[in-house]
Amino acid sequence: MKFSETWLREWVDPEISTEELVSQLTMAGLEVDAVESAANQFNGVVVGEVISVEKHPDADKLNVCQVSNGNETLQVVCGAPNVASGQKVPFALVGAQLAENFTIKQAKLRGAESNGMLCSAEELGLAEKSDGILELPSDAKVGQDMRDYLALDDTLIDVDLTPNRGDCLSIQGIAREVGVLNKSQPNTPNFDDVPSTINDVFSVELLSPEDCPRYLGRVIRNVDVSVVSPVWLQEKLRRSGIRSIDPAVDVTNYVMLELGQPLHAFDLDNLQKGIQVRRAKQAEKLVLLDGREVELNKETLVIADHKKALAIAGVMGGEHSGINNNTQHIFLESAFFNPLSIAGKARMYGMHTDASHRFERGVDYDLPKLAIERATNLLLDIVGGEAGPVVMTDADLPESKVVKLRASKVLSLLGIDIPAPEIEDILTRLGLEVVESVNESGNESWIFKVPSWRFDISIEADLIEELARIYGYDNLPISSASTGSKLHALSEAKLNLRQLRRRLISFGYQEVISYSFVEPELENKLSLPQTQAISLSNPISSEMSVMRRNLWSGLLQTLKHNQNRQQDRVRIFESGLVFSKTADNISQDAMLGGLIWGNQAPEQWGERSRSSDFYDIKGDIENLIAMTNDSSSFSFEAAEHPALQPGQSARISRNQKILGWVGALNPQIQSALDIPGKVYLFELDIKILEEAALTKVNTLSKYPSVRRDIALVVEKGHKYAEIEALIRQQAGEFLESLVLFDVYQGENLGADKQSLALGLTFQNPERTLNDEEINEIINKCIKALEAQFNAELR
Amino acid sequence: MDNLESLTSSALQAIEQAENAAELDSLRVQYLGKKGSLTEQLKTLGKLPAEERPAAGAAINQAKQQVQEAINLRKESIDSAATSELLQREAIDVTFTGRRQHVGALHPVTRTIERIEDIFSAAGFDTVEGPEIEDDYHNFEALNIPDHHPARAMHDTFYFDINTLLRTHTSTVQVRTMETGEAPFRIICPGRVYRCDSDLTHTPMFHQVEGLLIDENASFADLKGIIEDFLKAFFEADLSVRFRPSYFPFTEPSAEVDVQCVTCGGEGCRVCGHTGWLEILGCGMVHPKVLDMSGVDSEKYSGYAFGMGVDRLAMLRYQIKDLRLLFENDLRFLQQFS
Repeated sequence: MKFSETWLREWVDPEISTEELVSQLTMAGLEVDAVESAANQFNGVVVGEVISVEKHPDADKLNVCQVSNGNETLQVVCGAPNVASGQKVPFALVGAQLAENFTIKQAKLRGAESNGMLCSAEELGLAEKSDGILELPSDAKVGQDMRDYLALDDTLIDVDLTPNRGDCLSIQGIAREVGVLNKSQPNTPNFDDVPSTINDVFSVELLSPEDCPRYLGRVIRNVDVSVVSPVWLQEKLRRSGIRSIDPAVDVTNYVMLELGQPLHAFDLDNLQKGIQVRRAKQAEKLVLLDGREVELNKETLVIADHKKALAIAGVMGGEHSGINNNTQHIFLESAFFNPLSIAGKARMYGMHTDASHRFERGVDYDLPKLAIERATNLLLDIVGGEAGPVVMTDADLPESKVVKLRASKVLSLLGIDIPAPEIEDILTRLGLEVVESVNESGNESWIFKVPSWRFDISIEADLIEELARIYGYDNLPISSASTGSKLHALSEAKLNLRQLRRRLISFGYQEVISYSFVEPELENKLSLPQTQAISLSNPISSEMSVMRRNLWSGLLQTLKHNQNRQQDRVRIFESGLVFSKTADNISQDAMLGGLIWGNQAPEQWGERSRSSDFYDIKGDIENLIAMTNDSSSFSFEAAEHPALQPGQSARISRNQKILGWVGALNPQIQSALDIPGKVYLFELDIKILEEAALTKVNTLSKYPSVRRDIALVVEKGHKYAEIEALIRQQAGEFLESLVLFDVYQGENLGADKQSLALGLTFQNPERTLNDEEINEIINKCIKALEAQFNAELR
Repeated sequence: MDNLESLTSSALQAIEQAENAAELDSLRVQYLGKKGSLTEQLKTLGKLPAEERPAAGAAINQAKQQVQEAINLRKESIDSAATSELLQREAIDVTFTGRRQHVGALHPVTRTIERIEDIFSAAGFDTVEGPEIEDDYHNFEALNIPDHHPARAMHDTFYFDINTLLRTHTSTVQVRTMETGEAPFRIICPGRVYRCDSDLTHTPMFHQVEGLLIDENASFADLKGIIEDFLKAFFEADLSVRFRPSYFPFTEPSAEVDVQCVTCGGEGCRVCGHTGWLEILGCGMVHPKVLDMSGVDSEKYSGYAFGMGVDRLAMLRYQIKDLRLLFENDLRFLQQFS
């Protein structure tokens, strides 16, 4: 809601500066978004009178005018098509400054001397665009400074109103609020009822009384809509950000801004028989004022005549029933619509209008009468005509609300004991009436009646908010009661994400955050076929239209983004939810995903560089797994995933549950993405990973350990995990550690074989193991390996 | 005895010329070993008359001792030369860069969320998370935003179908927590939220932290206290804080909180739009309807809720001037946080 400070001060004029007013509004919950001047900072422009106009002898489009500035008559060359003798116009004198680098000088135009300039509204910053010079009313005083004449030394205040304060969407509403804050009564201008001079009425039927409980109508005959709205009216509209259209529309807009009541003017000749306020028929059609045809539904309230819908009630009028150039007779509407009946309707048809904005927040049901009288008054002044009587049709008006307030609740909710008289004072200033009160000390309570313009007050908390607001939030006390508290249990049976993130960071991974909605084609290529993606019905763009089923789209996109910025080594991770659909269930699981690409070590002088590979990323995962203190419950097995390269991908499980995947990016996807060099990815389910065992320390053995190394030659097809499992099973309880320390493949072994060098360390906590015992264990292992894997000692 | 003297002097000369420990050791064996030439001299004692033997023996022992001392001396000098040669050989340029793995960093948004969690954790607030795909009830209805409420238009919601949407705020988590738990509550809920809006100052996904405290006798004064304490703790500065009346359907009374601009100190600058204030969070006393709908007795319990935009806090804290940097994931930007 943008308004002119001068206009507001016509209603209520406390002795405070603009700055104070602005801060007062903001601190009362009417947040001021912007403060600006009402016009450009021009000077030297006065009201001039055009005495005569003659064609320029040497230029078709120019006129040579004699213009009075009140003291003398000066010659001015003017190019505006609408200049005419007898006009009052803004006259920029020689020396006038219209803008920073625009000073009026004496000049010769095609040989004719010109002493100043006649101005358009645009040139004065009063309109975005003008066709000719600005014509002023004939009663304008020649010679008066234009700034004074139009009261341009005014400030425009733009208030960003919250949806509960529909009552402030007018000068009257803001004035009421400013009055309360400054303890001064707004001086409501005196609007006389307009007596009817004709008897014409137009019938009104309320066929949906819950939606429209009150409807006022009035016939005004013989109007002249060809006149232009007076400058003062145009100026007030302009300062509220509304363009002048025609006098009838301008007047309804003016009354809406002044009082808050949206009105509508119909061309009476285009209405059939009478008004019916009803729900639209399914698929009923209506062409709106903006020329758009909409198909209505049964949820929509319309203003109709006996033949067809004329307007969407409280939202927008129709094209065929509106005021046009030929309108002679007007039917003026001023109604109360139930906010719930209007709410959301404009949006349903892709609109948002000044009327719908107000009606869906609630417009005072006691306002339509005042508004229609005010509008009639203005219309008769501007477009002339004769008014018929106001016909008011009422149905089930809302009952006025009463709300109970307890002083004890004020104390407990605000933490301050506001004295009872002050409570009463604040609330009655806001227009509430005490219906009942109990004056028992310490146990005071009241029943208040809520004024008809406040749709946002219905419970005790609402009254307490009003009290706090006017008392001033900054005057309310501060307590530190909520900072003291019990200690938390800090679970070690669950890894938290913070620990996992920090471990990855220490391995050189950078955390990234990417959008949860991604491009569908890549997402689909990266996801398991048995899952189903979830698509947004109103995405921002097709690149962000489907919810990710894993974190890899975002990680790969991040990789591309950084490759394009000359990064040659990328290690990144992200944590977040992934989404998929099964039957009618949506699953949302927290995942931890990572990507590495480029050299394993950052560029340096000390060691030979090599590219990261599968076992590097696997090692990082093993280090995450180690944090659970339960590594033996995890297993890696070769398995295929559409995102990963067959033969270089593994599914990771924990006790039969799938923890996640690791592998090289599928080469087809890699080349489609145009990524040079191999990319490795992982993704782990945090819920499965996070279960951890608390460390229980083992007693350290006092006896020496013994290490034996063996080298086995096996066929390449045998999985190392199976070999290791067999050794562990055969070696028994004294095997303290097992390490694979060399893998060798060479022609001397045969193309299908490889040699695995293993170090086995044994230790007994109670005594020193002797050679015979260890030989026996090793032999047992080797026999089993020979039997099961056809392994040979090298 | 001439023999002894010449033996001794040739031994001493040889020792002086020995160049390494091995040479020296073979000299030791040659002269002093069991069959060394000096040791051999002792065997000649038996051929001497008895009265000459003590003097001759003493002379041999003295010669042996003299040779031994010469060996010891020479050894020391050889060892120290070897050590200094070793040190010289192994000297390096300690100003070469160390070999290291680069370490990564937390994303500034995560870092900010953890900071907020830590501050509230000290006041007993537990961190709780919730789903991002929500139903209409938890995102709107249960927060007193019925269908067609004007506040809905301000949320620019992403929908999957008429009832399923991406949460537009983390307030959903307070509803879910109250529904399933028993008062009192003391939680904060960080997470991603989504609104269908994308321009210089809006990203379609962003982060919020919601806080909720429900207890007997929780008051607006307590809310003011914890918010002011939090803001001072977060920015590590004694900043002015102001509370302005505002409107959220799920709180009553509601407030918008401004903090003195951290960039200009309240003088007015581009960051604060020349007002000297930064709008930093919204809060209020939980609406009794919201309590009742989630099964909390609004006569017995009261409470407050607050919500803040993490991305904006991160931008202010780390002087990030362009919001879009946060989700472009440019490593040159992110690695400034290591």
